[in-house]
Amino acid sequence: MALLIKGGRVIDPGRYEGEGDVLIEGSKIVSVGRTLPMPAGCELIDAHGLLVLPGFVDLHVHFREPGFEYKETIESGSAAAVAGGFTTVCCMPNTNPVNDNQAVTEFILERGRAAGLANVLPIGAITKRSEGKELAEIGDLKRSGCVAISDDGKPVMNSLVMRRAMEYALAFDLTVVDHCEDLNLAEGGCMNEGLVSTELGLPGIPAAAEDVMVARNLLLAELTGARIHLAHISTVGSVRMVREAKARGIRVTAEACPHHFTLTEETVRGYNTHAKMNPPLRTSEDVRAIKEGLRDGTIDAIATDHAPHATQEKQQDFTEAPFGIVGLETALPLTLSLVEEGVLSLEQAVIKLTAAPAAVFGLPKGTLAVGADADVTLVDPSAQWEVDPSLFRSKSRNTPFAGWKVKGRVQMTIVGGRVVYRLDQ
Amino acid sequence: MTEKREGGIARTNEKLIMDAGDIARVLTRIAHEIVERNKGVNLVALVGIRTGGVHLAHRLAKRIHAIEGVSVPIGELDITLYRDDLALRKNQPVLRKTSIPFDLAGKAVVLVDDVLFTGRTIRAAMDGLMDLGRPEEIQLAVLVDRGHRQLPIKANYVGKNLPTSREETVRVLLEEYGEEDRVVIIKPLS
Amino acid sequence: MGLKRKDLLSLASLSVDEIMLILDTADSFKEVTGREIKKVPALRGKTVVNLFFEPSTRTRTSFELAAKRLSADVINFSPSTSSVVKGETLLDTARNIEAMQADIIVLRHASAGAADTLARGVKSSVINAGDGWHEHPTQALLDLYTIRRRGLEFKGLRVAIVGDVAHSRVARSNLYALTKLGADVRLIGPPTMMPYGVERLGAKVYHDMDKGLEGAQVIMMLRLQLERQGRALFPTIREYARLYGLTAERVRLAEPGAIVMHPGPINRGVEIAPDVADSLSSVILDQVANGVAVRMGVLYLMSASG
Repeated sequence: MALLIKGGRVIDPGRYEGEGDVLIEGSKIVSVGRTLPMPAGCELIDAHGLLVLPGFVDLHVHFREPGFEYKETIESGSAAAVAGGFTTVCCMPNTNPVNDNQAVTEFILERGRAAGLANVLPIGAITKRSEGKELAEIGDLKRSGCVAISDDGKPVMNSLVMRRAMEYALAFDLTVVDHCEDLNLAEGGCMNEGLVSTELGLPGIPAAAEDVMVARNLLLAELTGARIHLAHISTVGSVRMVREAKARGIRVTAEACPHHFTLTEETVRGYNTHAKMNPPLRTSEDVRAIKEGLRDGTIDAIATDHAPHATQEKQQDFTEAPFGIVGLETALPLTLSLVEEGVLSLEQAVIKLTAAPAAVFGLPKGTLAVGADADVTLVDPSAQWEVDPSLFRSKSRNTPFAGWKVKGRVQMTIVGGRVVYRLDQ
Repeated sequence: MTEKREGGIARTNEKLIMDAGDIARVLTRIAHEIVERNKGVNLVALVGIRTGGVHLAHRLAKRIHAIEGVSVPIGELDITLYRDDLALRKNQPVLRKTSIPFDLAGKAVVLVDDVLFTGRTIRAAMDGLMDLGRPEEIQLAVLVDRGHRQLPIKANYVGKNLPTSREETVRVLLEEYGEEDRVVIIKPLS
Repeated sequence: MGLKRKDLLSLASLSVDEIMLILDTADSFKEVTGREIKKVPALRGKTVVNLFFEPSTRTRTSFELAAKRLSADVINFSPSTSSVVKGETLLDTARNIEAMQADIIVLRHASAGAADTLARGVKSSVINAGDGWHEHPTQALLDLYTIRRRGLEFKGLRVAIVGDVAHSRVARSNLYALTKLGADVRLIGPPTMMPYGVERLGAKVYHDMDKGLEGAQVIMMLRLQLERQGRALFPTIREYARLYGLTAERVRLAEPGAIVMHPGPINRGVEIAPDVADSLSSVILDQVANGVAVRMGVLYLMSASG
């Protein structure tokens, strides 16, 4: 079975940029070039006017299975992923039970394969049940297929435990991912601490709650030499500290979420629970810092923190409603708007969604190199469309972007040489 | 309900029914009738229905004083909270004050209003009055009775009986509003 | 002219004209509450539901009395916390109540924004009777009404609000309304009790109570939530009372004739000395009495069929 993607604008960062064809045989890329001959029996995909990109890699999704299948399953999450152009997704371990052992890891991998859509890769827990006390069997998690470790959703508050986790992970060359939030400082907050929280009378989470933990993690990374990745950074301070740490050679990478470079705390007005996420939406200065961090490379990757919640959960009053929004099906146009704004070049934007996140966890993904897995995303960069959550593949519809008119749409997604998504299908 | 005053702009389709002299003469007559009917005014009190009735009550009190040399007590009644259409309205009417600075018990209360129409305002006024005390008797004085009653209510003192059609508007304009005293009938704009 | 809105959720969202309309309307009801028969038929046939997720005997009683004096049918509904735990959302509860054909729902809830959430979900009118730290509009309205009845003008009025502003819905509602009306609002309390950036909402912040009280015409004391001790907002009640308690000596720092207000219930000897609470300058009991008239006014204005 062969596929020839013909006549598109191919962007394989660092390798190929320009009009060209991509030939796939079986599950691999076999050739990329200006004009490739069409082998016999090959299926032709006309890509004129489209961008031909490596499949996107999302370092941060919550697929809720096992345990919260009413919010999302690995199958529905995978469908949402490929509809958004993501061919590889990394699942955070805050399921029920928590992915702190081989059985859960294998279950997730198996479900991912059964869904047959995206590459579903598990992230294991740092500590047992993500309680922040005792280390999980990190060696076992790595051996059974976890690509990183994290207690995401819950920060590892105890600095000694975090130090030990970093040291221990070194033995397996695993990246330690932390959700940076000092829970004492956050003290039950549910939005950014600022003028809006003052006006609305909502308990705030100060930027310092994130910054304190970013600083700690950077110091511990320096102490241990471990490779750390900071999830969804959202503040001026985080960006500044990561920039300095990178300059000093600390092995740190960072991701930012589309909502954190698109929206501010103002979105919360009216007690909009679709504007409730953790870290919270911050100020316009923070948004500027995140964009600058993306531009200058301080922030390596764009990740969605895709966090599905059922409608009735988000219909609760603001303080009761859970944190998080779905992101897989809106990430591409929001990222491309950074290109429109002149924050990123198109190639940089592609890197933030592909090669850079792959490099963070050392995954052989996010590339159209010959011999690589044939994960390809075809994008119509000029397609204008309106975000309609009722059409989402995800089981959940919790997005603040409903009704937004956006530009740039995934036309087709290919995973391992198989077309797994076509627009209007 | 009472006719609402809407600014003082003269309209081409309005017809003069009573002028200042007519109003003055009619009020003098009603004052005499009140005195006569009540055999003096020892137990009489006047209660004007906001807003027009209040001004007329004060004018009547002056005339009664001239006749009898007695100042009758005057009260002011806002009937809004007793209206029968509150539950149906899109916007609640602005409330004004009720002030009855005397004891109603044993009094012959003369309710005073400018125009008697459906009778609903008077029903509301009587209910309001009864909540404020127990008068011996309630009488009704109006400057104009334009007919079209929807309740079995009849005035004891009428300035002028005025046949109207339902679509017409009767307006009582008074000096207290900065107008020249007059009563006009306004035909609907066709 | 009426109050052209379905709900009363906050004073931040009201115009000066709307606030004045409510105060004027309350004046008419003040007269009604002074009558022998303190009842009028204005809300006959209407149903008012007091939906209180947080216990508050005072506010609930005040609304109940106000509704009854307007001849409305009143239902008091205090959902047990257990039904909330069972997964019934605020909206579920409210829709059940709406199905009983409630015309007005009076909501008290521990979460900021609960009234907004409710108002979006039901057709009934919603009156916010306190939501978290956000607003308590009828309390501030009765405070304004009490100030006005004392013959004080809002424009340029020097008002000192003293205490835990950060966690006070009463302070927020008063701050929004008073600044709109042109008053000079000072907030007095330790930095731990001042919300982020509050001076940008038009108030002046003082950490020294004696300085903040200078020339004040109205002193509005907030209730100290004693259970907050131990959450690092203040070290001890003793020290708080010494620094921010209102004593007779401190009242003398304010303008002669200044009035002392408190939303109640008061912690005698903590935020307010007993002799001050009972002094002539205290209008605390007037506030309670005026509360019924103000709430009658609000219920009357909200009872339009919309």
